[in-house]
Amino acid sequence: MLSIKNLHASIDDKEILKGVNLDIKAGEVHAIMGPNGSGKSTLSSVLAGREEYEVTAGSVNYEGKDLLDLNPEDRAREGVFLAFQYPIEIPGVSNVNFLKTAINETRAYKGQDSISAKDFLALVKEKSALVELDAKLASRSVNEGFSGGEKKRNEIFQMAMLSPKLSILDETDSGLDIDALRIVANGVNTLKSDDNATVVITHYQRLLDYIVPDFVHVLYDGKIVKTGGKELAHELEEKGYDWIKEELNTVS
Amino acid sequence: MTTTTLTKKDILLESLGQLNFTNEPDFYQDLRQQALAEIENLELPTSKTEYWKYTRLGKIVNKTYQVTSGIEINIDQHLIPALDANIIVLINGLFNKSLSNIQEQEGVKVLSLSDGKERGVVIRDHFNKYTSTKSELFLALNNAYHTDGVCIHAEKNSIVEKPYHIINVTTGNQTISQSRNLFIGETNSSVKIIESFVNIEGSENFINNVSEIYVGENAQLEYNKIQNKEDESYQISTEQVYQKANSNFTINTITLDGTFVRNNLNIEVDAEGCETNLNGIYLGKDSNHIDNHTIVDHLKPNCNSNEVYKGILDNNSVGVFNGKVFVRPDAQKTNAFQQNNNILLTDDAVINSKPELEIYADDVKCSHGSTIGQLDDEAIFYLQARGVGKRSAINMMITAFAKDALGRISIEALKEYVDNKIETRFGN
Repeated sequence: MLSIKNLHASIDDKEILKGVNLDIKAGEVHAIMGPNGSGKSTLSSVLAGREEYEVTAGSVNYEGKDLLDLNPEDRAREGVFLAFQYPIEIPGVSNVNFLKTAINETRAYKGQDSISAKDFLALVKEKSALVELDAKLASRSVNEGFSGGEKKRNEIFQMAMLSPKLSILDETDSGLDIDALRIVANGVNTLKSDDNATVVITHYQRLLDYIVPDFVHVLYDGKIVKTGGKELAHELEEKGYDWIKEELNTVS
Repeated sequence: MTTTTLTKKDILLESLGQLNFTNEPDFYQDLRQQALAEIENLELPTSKTEYWKYTRLGKIVNKTYQVTSGIEINIDQHLIPALDANIIVLINGLFNKSLSNIQEQEGVKVLSLSDGKERGVVIRDHFNKYTSTKSELFLALNNAYHTDGVCIHAEKNSIVEKPYHIINVTTGNQTISQSRNLFIGETNSSVKIIESFVNIEGSENFINNVSEIYVGENAQLEYNKIQNKEDESYQISTEQVYQKANSNFTINTITLDGTFVRNNLNIEVDAEGCETNLNGIYLGKDSNHIDNHTIVDHLKPNCNSNEVYKGILDNNSVGVFNGKVFVRPDAQKTNAFQQNNNILLTDDAVINSKPELEIYADDVKCSHGSTIGQLDDEAIFYLQARGVGKRSAINMMITAFAKDALGRISIEALKEYVDNKIETRFGN
């Protein structure tokens, strides 16, 4: 589904990603872990199409297309979804109205008819229940006055509404209490299928108890330096990242 | 040999001098004479005049205008869909009976101003009372040379159900119009008025209109001003408002189009317990120049005023906002809130924003603020990341920004109308 090869990216002439390689197949869950400043959020930003980042080398192939060639909205319409680490508050823009526009523009992109008002409402009802998001919140201005947990649940609600093929969750667990974490994880797990893939970016192993990954990658200094199964996450939780740094130093 | 050079003011007065008011009752002719005497001592403002610093009048005063009554026109496209209202039509400052449709409502008298001057006793008590000796040339010009307009008089205790929609039309080429309204809301009354300013067929028209508004004790009056003048047209517009105890006055000024628009809104809050809401939206495009000058003068204690003006300026349009709030020594416990937010859509668009507070009382709550910005790129990216196209994302943000100032419009059909205008403007 997604194939990242030797990806280099920089912001303000500072190189952050220094050759990332990653292959993701449908049906898989990948976790990307790593210390602060290792490039985790840069990777998700580059994949979603944030303009500030400049890709200086490498390629990203998504379903046979050059992902880097698409503008952000077309990436979303092709099925790439980014759950933001810090969801933006947009006063005056209603959550459901903007989702309706998003769904209809995506359908138009694919040559499909607009969703009917009735089907849309049914969808809102079903998906907001999935993440236990109050129907009132769903129709309010995007994230305005939402608590931290509500914002993150709203991200998963939007994900559910758009049913993407590739979901990237950027530190969705940060700042969540255990109940909210369970709700979010439950939402993600329910949406999981053989046809879609999930990338979970996180600091902590805790989330991975609920969303169990098939692969765990360690991103360090702009590269993936270690890949393993879900047990790698436990090892990182216990020992921290220093042993990986040491391991790298011994090799070099 | 001596030569006399006509000043721009002289030329303006010459075109207005064609008007004849000798049929009017003496009382009103005297008022006009007083205004003429005032005009003698007033000059056209220049960019050195603080009150007119950012708005140059060259475009308006370098022309010769004619006074014409205008042709019969179709006003259908300026009606507000789904609005059940009494329709009053003014063309080039004259009352047009055949295009108007006014149904009798209990407790309210609606007359053309000229009829009112002939018959109305109450009009004498209020007319010109709030506009004289303000030392503003354009106000004095209207005092001296206004033609006709609308007088709406809501009597004591009358709750007027159906709103009045005045369609104030300018037409023809290089015409000058000076319409004049008087709105009186007596004790415990409630009335809602909309006035649309439009230009139909013709260009380089100039209207210098004035509305005097009296809001009596415990009365409620809502005035919605919709400025949508297409083609080359100029407007200088003044509302002079006077509020009595426990009254509630709301004005919404929506400027959708206009080559040159200057609004002077002056509100005297001269009694306790008053509520004043003044909101505005201005959407500038091309080389539009839109200027809003507001004054809220709190003279007595325990009053609230809320002011929110929002501007969106596109192309090389220019916006001016100058909002002044006075809190006089007696006006303790005043709550005055003022805000002006602007979005500039291009590098060439300009806004001059000047919020001002003058406080002479010591136990008050006042705030003012002004922002100028572009749209939030992060928010646009967020919407894009969900599949919304960049253009739609921008439109959503603009619409959301502007709508914030629509909250005080209580007439649903009007709110929808303005909403649609904004969406169509910034829609795909």
